[in-house]
Amino acid sequence: MRAPRVLIAKPGLDGHDRGAKVIARALRDAGMEVIYTGLRQTPEMIAEAALQEDVDVVGLSILSGAHLTLVPRIREVMDAAELADVPIIVGGIIPEEDKDALMQAGVAGVFGPGTSTEEIRDFIHALVAARTSNG
Amino acid sequence: MANLVQELLEGSRRALARLLTYVENDNAQEELAQLYAHTGKAWVVGVTGAPGSGKSSLVNALAKAYRALNQEVAIIAVDPTSPFSGGAILGDRIRMRDLSGDTGIFIRSMATRGNLGGLATHTRDFVRVMDAAGFDIIIVETVGAGQSEVDIVRTAHTTVVVEAPGMGDDIQAIKAGILEIADVLVVNKSDRPGASQTLRALRTMLELGHPASKEQLIAHHGQVMRMQVNIAPSGQLPLWLPPVVQTVATDSKGIDELIEAIAAHRQHLQENDKSGIIESRAIELELYERLRETLFAAWQARTDTTQLQTLIERVRRRQLDPQSAVAQLLTSNGQS
Repeated sequence: MRAPRVLIAKPGLDGHDRGAKVIARALRDAGMEVIYTGLRQTPEMIAEAALQEDVDVVGLSILSGAHLTLVPRIREVMDAAELADVPIIVGGIIPEEDKDALMQAGVAGVFGPGTSTEEIRDFIHALVAARTSNG
Repeated sequence: MANLVQELLEGSRRALARLLTYVENDNAQEELAQLYAHTGKAWVVGVTGAPGSGKSSLVNALAKAYRALNQEVAIIAVDPTSPFSGGAILGDRIRMRDLSGDTGIFIRSMATRGNLGGLATHTRDFVRVMDAAGFDIIIVETVGAGQSEVDIVRTAHTTVVVEAPGMGDDIQAIKAGILEIADVLVVNKSDRPGASQTLRALRTMLELGHPASKEQLIAHHGQVMRMQVNIAPSGQLPLWLPPVVQTVATDSKGIDELIEAIAAHRQHLQENDKSGIIESRAIELELYERLRETLFAAWQARTDTTQLQTLIERVRRRQLDPQSAVAQLLTSNGQS
């Protein structure tokens, strides 16, 4: 099987990218190709990078508390860019009670503090396998 | 998939991105064949240099400047694959954030996937797909390169080698390798201490000996067989003396001069290589390379692995030397 391609992006204005880097490194060590775009990405920048890089999954790291505005907006922009079939997963400080809202906004998975990197890796592998079998 | 070619030629970025994925996964031979007739229009600029010399920032500044000249720009940014996990972190986009939101720019990151030489196996095919998609300028950024990652010379029309101050004394500058392949030399971060020494070392290197012609470089650096069959027409191209340009990429300083230097090199080649000697030489070497891979794959497909195992064991026991084992592998099967 070919290496999954994953975009790791940090939308919003907070400058804490340690979590995103830890995840990027863990996914690299799991044999994935990680496109790391850095801090302060707008929804448009994320959709553009996802399209050009033809990624299998988009991973967003959000610590600022703005997830309920940012994530649905990113999903919307990606859908408009013909990327409706590319799943989004979200990590960071996400209160338990916000998970449902995010899932309803079309997110494939939400990973709060304490999630192991193995869990995220396995989730991505499953997502990619499902995508490939759907053609 | 046939529609992807059509969509790409009509300008679809989604089709372009998809097709690049198929190419990278060795799954687009037919599409590449269809697109080949549409290639040969773009000017390909290679950017190479040591890790941390500022290649990505320079590519960012260069792309912005080309956009100001109304040129459509595609960028291929190559980063290394981990030899242990097979994974990669492709981080060149971080320095190219100014380029987002412009439909005249397309950036694609690429992992080397085990290929040495500074590029990935399919970088050349990526260039062709982007060329067919209609980009005017294609910038190829190699992995952080040292003294032997010189494949870029066969992929790019103009090779830009980026140096930064404080990266070695003037003996480094006369060693063989990456400096020799430069069509244009850049001293980036030239606002830093030591920039004038670096500049002087490079100029001294250029005065000490004239670099080889592009044609000789391709033949030499691209050597894939011990026995070189020179089918391509050979001739003497007038020599090109690489200019040295000082830049501060993060402030866009010196970028106009760099664009002028690239344009001058382009003009030099177009005026002096009307019969396409350089391209013929590069094609010749590419055909050898593809031939070698294809022959090996065909041999592998019809080779009995137990026979191979037996031979390995005999070589290990010193009953047979490796070269004789190869001779046996070639004669004992498939005189097809």
